[in-house]
Amino acid sequence: MQNMTEATWLALQLVLSGDADLLEIVALSLQVSLSATFLACLIGLPLGALVAISRFPGRGAVLVVMNALMGLPPVVVGLIVYLHLSRSGPLGFLGLLYTPTAMIIAQTILIAPIVAALSRQVLEDMHSEYAEQFRSLCLGRWQAMQALIWDARYALLTVGLAGFGRAVAEVGAVIIVGGNIDHLTRVMTTAIALETSKGALSLALALGIVLLVIALGVNAAVQGVRMSAARHAYV
Amino acid sequence: MFQRTLCVSFAAIVAASALHAQEQSIIVQSTTSTANSGLYDHLLPIFEEETGIEVNVVAVGTGQAITNAENCDGDLLLVHAKPAEEAFVEAGYGTSRTDLMYNDFVIVGPDGDQAGVGGMSDVEAALSQIAESGSLFASRGDDSGTHKKELSLWEASGVDPSTGSGEWYRETGSGMGATLNAGIGMGAYVMTDRATWISFENKQDYEIAVEGDEDLFNQYGVIPVSPDHCPSVNAEAAQSFADWLLSEEGQTAIGDYAVNGQQLFFPNAPES
Repeated sequence: MQNMTEATWLALQLVLSGDADLLEIVALSLQVSLSATFLACLIGLPLGALVAISRFPGRGAVLVVMNALMGLPPVVVGLIVYLHLSRSGPLGFLGLLYTPTAMIIAQTILIAPIVAALSRQVLEDMHSEYAEQFRSLCLGRWQAMQALIWDARYALLTVGLAGFGRAVAEVGAVIIVGGNIDHLTRVMTTAIALETSKGALSLALALGIVLLVIALGVNAAVQGVRMSAARHAYV
Repeated sequence: MFQRTLCVSFAAIVAASALHAQEQSIIVQSTTSTANSGLYDHLLPIFEEETGIEVNVVAVGTGQAITNAENCDGDLLLVHAKPAEEAFVEAGYGTSRTDLMYNDFVIVGPDGDQAGVGGMSDVEAALSQIAESGSLFASRGDDSGTHKKELSLWEASGVDPSTGSGEWYRETGSGMGATLNAGIGMGAYVMTDRATWISFENKQDYEIAVEGDEDLFNQYGVIPVSPDHCPSVNAEAAQSFADWLLSEEGQTAIGDYAVNGQQLFFPNAPES
């Protein structure tokens, strides 16, 4: 328990002193995970919407696969991306390994299934209410998907946050494709893993507290957006 | 609007990677002990200021470092498993291997010293004593330089620890620091390089039990990755970092590095 108290103090000191290294690591964490969340939403939301409103043979199997992919182990994703981006891999010529771009790609692959599977559920529930109306308005599939996503936007924010939470908290994928290089690809989770392996447990825990506070901040910001938007809607 | 954001974000990603490629930089695939002990934080600023070459360190176990270098994902290899390093050069992956520096391995154990090996300097005898007493021993189990060394010592001691795997012989499959954390957590003996031990901050009641055997010698080597095998490597910059490490200046800088007043690495590059 002594570690806990010490860590809390350390976390406070780190934040208050505006430690330049810490700021750099925090900024990269946010940059990588927010980009990955954004890209995962671009892929996952249309995919989720499409599956939500479509009926086709083998749909049950697709749902099972989509849901199962939510449990993709980060290390496996990291390994697959590593093998592709490695200089000896098929995409090695791009020279992307050990760059933030590689980390964004890995996290996007990790969380796109989460966004797709969760949004599919949300949109399907909504679609069962809207289906008749859509039919009466003779809306095409593409328009129906757009209307559903727009109407479910607040629920989908939570879906995006679930994806972001997974991305910002994982260490297995980014440490393999990023390499935890100081001042280049070090993010919060890989820094925590590094300090733990140095036996600097209090510092590791302090970084963990900072990470939690950041996640809290992002969630609070989204909540703020949602509440102010809701107020506008009912004025 | 949607498309524009998409476009901008991709442009940013492409610009960021282009920017990265323009800098003169190399990637060193390194063992963890040199990174975790802070040696690079001491050496790199000196080298970077002199040459303007940015050195990026990927610190993983020796086994993984060699595999990554074989895949051309590094420009220079800095590890500590001489037979594996020589095989790497022989297979054409590296240009040449040179001794860089050394330190030694030690076996650390808890205050209680259940196996009674405290103060011993014969490492093979100490290991058989640990096995016979049924004391816990935490092994890296990850094909790292330290793990390879540990296995060769068990072989010399005549004990086959794999028969006790999962019982008294605990293979963590992780890095040195993680294995120390685990070993200390369960009260097991652990073999570690001295540099990692001295700079390790979670020692609790652990102390060095076995040290001073010639067999515990730990040699580090440096190998530039061959441009013939990997055309993508930055051979020139990698060679200049290797040359600097092996130069009088680099060797002095290595010898100067100390944690808590203790020197961690002893330079021993061949005189040119």
